[in-house]
Amino acid sequence: MSCERMESRILGYVDGRLKGSERLEVEKHVATCAPCRLRVEEFRAVSGLLDELPVIEPSPEFDVRVRALVAAEPVKQSWWAWLHVQPRVAFVASALLVAVLWLGYRTPQPASVPQVDDAQLMQDLPVLEDHDVLSNFEPLKELPPPVQQNDEVQNQQEAM
Amino acid sequence: MARTDVQLMLDVKAGDEASFELLLHRYRTPLVNFLYRMVRNREQAEDLAQEVFLRVYRAREDYVPSAKFTTWLFRIATNLALNSVRDTRYQKLEVSIDAPVTTDAEDGDERTLDVPEKHPNIEQHLVEDARRKMIRHAIDKLPEKQRAAVLLHKYQELDYAEIAKILACSESALKSLLFRAYEALRVELAPLVAQQARNQG
Repeated sequence: MSCERMESRILGYVDGRLKGSERLEVEKHVATCAPCRLRVEEFRAVSGLLDELPVIEPSPEFDVRVRALVAAEPVKQSWWAWLHVQPRVAFVASALLVAVLWLGYRTPQPASVPQVDDAQLMQDLPVLEDHDVLSNFEPLKELPPPVQQNDEVQNQQEAM
Repeated sequence: MARTDVQLMLDVKAGDEASFELLLHRYRTPLVNFLYRMVRNREQAEDLAQEVFLRVYRAREDYVPSAKFTTWLFRIATNLALNSVRDTRYQKLEVSIDAPVTTDAEDGDERTLDVPEKHPNIEQHLVEDARRKMIRHAIDKLPEKQRAAVLLHKYQELDYAEIAKILACSESALKSLLFRAYEALRVELAPLVAQQARNQG
């Protein structure tokens, strides 16, 4: 193994994370290469120095603050959550529905429109058309009032 | 038998709030430590960790166990941390134009984390304190992505495949990133490394 390849393996070797075959390969190289051997010792020393840093404990308020943040989170509702109506709302809605149905039943129905007999209407249609023509016939409007009407007036005067 | 992270998350998805509490209990300390080492400010680290948990909770409805839970969790955390580091760097740059920062507030913050009572010898405590400060500064000096890789590899003990997914890079790119990070740490911590190597040898 070359010194360059040591670069990717030295830390694993120092920390004991290398697999058996890789570890043997490094050991073989280190046994014959003084600079790499020195570097392994120094990396091991660095690793030992890093172990000297103390571990700190989170402050007592830490958990309290996390719990408060989590409790302040809005509750997510699924899409069908709207089906879960509160009992009070359900009661009011039901009462309103019953009231509307009851009022609808109690209100008097409007008088029924007389049914038109379509066959009779079609039969009378020519008479109606004649009436319409005669009532709007201009020459007839210029005629003196009907004689029958004058006779009736005379009869009334004689009776008096 | 303890439920796996994925099982807990699926239970949260089903509406079980107690499972979320278990996830919170399981990952609060690793997350806060990872974020603290990324952003170097305890308060900010806790704020970011809270945001991570909130995002996990918000995403419960759509959660699909397509990857390991830790990969997903630390991917959220890493993205938040990287954004925060970049924002802070930009703010610091703006401040430094008018008022250069001479005091190291973060070191003050760190000091409160260590317990001097554990060390009857004050001199020994000071030496250890200085040593830790050097280590922290060496980590701080790493570019953000290298720093995230080292923290995930060293402290969270995630495997290469997971870290590569979190940092959105290939495994070979990750190995190269880690190698460069350890090289930089080796140089930065040279006096301590030599001493440590002697002790280990």
